[in-house]
Amino acid sequence: MKNFRIAYLLILSVFMFASVGTKANDEEHGVKEKVHEVVEHIEEAEERFNPVPVIMHHVTDAHEWHLWGEGEHSVTIPLPVILWTDKGLVTFMSSAFHHDDNGHHVVEKNGMRFVKVHEKIYQLNEGETAAKFNEEHLIENGFKQLDFSITKNVAAMLIAAILLLFIFGKMGSYYKNNGPVAPKGIASFLEPVVVFVRDEIALVNIGEKKHAKFLPYLLTVFFFIWIGNLLGLLPGGANLTGNIAVTLTLSVFTMLIVNLNGNKDYWGHIFWMPGAPVPVKFILAPIELVGIFAKPFALMVRLFANITAGHIVILSLISLIFIFKSVAMGAVSVPFALFISVLELLVAFLQAFIFTMLSALFIGMAVQEHH
Amino acid sequence: MNNPLVTPEIGLIVWTTITFLILLFLLTKFAWKPILNAVKQREENIEEALKAADRAKKEMEALKADNEKLLNEARVERDAMLKDARETKDKIIAEAKEKANQEADRIIQDAREAIKHEKMAAITELKNQVAELSIEIAEKILNEELSKEEKQKAMLENFVKDINLN
Repeated sequence: MKNFRIAYLLILSVFMFASVGTKANDEEHGVKEKVHEVVEHIEEAEERFNPVPVIMHHVTDAHEWHLWGEGEHSVTIPLPVILWTDKGLVTFMSSAFHHDDNGHHVVEKNGMRFVKVHEKIYQLNEGETAAKFNEEHLIENGFKQLDFSITKNVAAMLIAAILLLFIFGKMGSYYKNNGPVAPKGIASFLEPVVVFVRDEIALVNIGEKKHAKFLPYLLTVFFFIWIGNLLGLLPGGANLTGNIAVTLTLSVFTMLIVNLNGNKDYWGHIFWMPGAPVPVKFILAPIELVGIFAKPFALMVRLFANITAGHIVILSLISLIFIFKSVAMGAVSVPFALFISVLELLVAFLQAFIFTMLSALFIGMAVQEHH
Repeated sequence: MNNPLVTPEIGLIVWTTITFLILLFLLTKFAWKPILNAVKQREENIEEALKAADRAKKEMEALKADNEKLLNEARVERDAMLKDARETKDKIIAEAKEKANQEADRIIQDAREAIKHEKMAAITELKNQVAELSIEIAEKILNEELSKEEKQKAMLENFVKDINLN
């Protein structure tokens, strides 16, 4: 029954991935194409609503947490900007830009001038007082510094981390204080999930002897992705786990753990495949070597694409109302968006599961004892 | 690669790394270890309890079997005792019967002998009495017969007739 359920989830995920994969591979292109389809229906409309910037704004990172409103009247939560410049660390609140994202408002700090364009902060060259753009709308007289700002995603990540620490810290102390008793409250809900990760992910893929060593990582990554996915589904939530930097970092962790724990057999299978004829061994070695990086790359893209695609689909459906400029359209797109949102709840769990599952699988392959 | 969607920002990478490592450390220390230990310990406890229950069941069964065996033995013993008792009873009754028969036979025999004796004595007495009576009768008859002269003479004559004068 359990295996059947997992198989079902996997099939569903493959379907999901396949259906959104084309968009995911080239997001902007995909979005434009999708929007283009929608736009075709309203060719005649005089003033067109372009959903692309709205959607892109929602799924990408930002220096302030936008709640509602447009332009000057936006209501946002200002977040700290932290820049590592030639003259040391520069910090100021993102509200200093006055909701400007087109490089018009210049912030002066420590004798340096900064502008924000498409959520990137540029430092203007010495003596420049305003940003100049070339034909491709790229800044001519400025350059980027290392940006360690607490962006929307960083803030969301910190919230996720605090939530995780609070929930599981409480759960941990419950067991610490009461010993091995029956779970209660939040523990009774989350304990089966913890046991699920242990039994169905770690034990199955890594094996009885070595799974305990990797279990903390797998549990952390599972719940981190899951709660990140869920927080992203909240209205106003950040697209944390749909950000390529986050998924990149997580998959690099998996890659490091896999390769740092790889045993002799693992490296043997990569560089000198046993049981294969010698010429084939030479062909397989570079393929396997690419595989070292292809596996975490797939992890990175899968999570990023699935979560971002979900957000884009929901936002596109909602955007239909504004494209058609009709409240009646809401009767169609809201139930659809609701349906996709509920589906996304499943995907939130599923993608956390798949990322953890594949990490465990790769770890299992690296530490496996061959005969 | 200017698409912001697929361009990883170094800042976010750094923050994710820091946050994730801290999270990994803290959760491992304060959550995963106690939770997994408790779960494992509980699983062991449950297994132990199940095993103990199993053992108890087996012991119970053994005890029950023992009891059954004892009961059976007792039953067999009782049956043997009953059988013995019955046999003894039968034997006693048989013996008693035989003795009684013998006694009865003896008594009958004695009685028969006594009867025989009595009978013989009675017969003898009767014979004697008959003899006496016969003598008396004969005497009386003789007296009667010989009370008259002619009769005495007749008799004498008879005697004389009988005497052969050869």
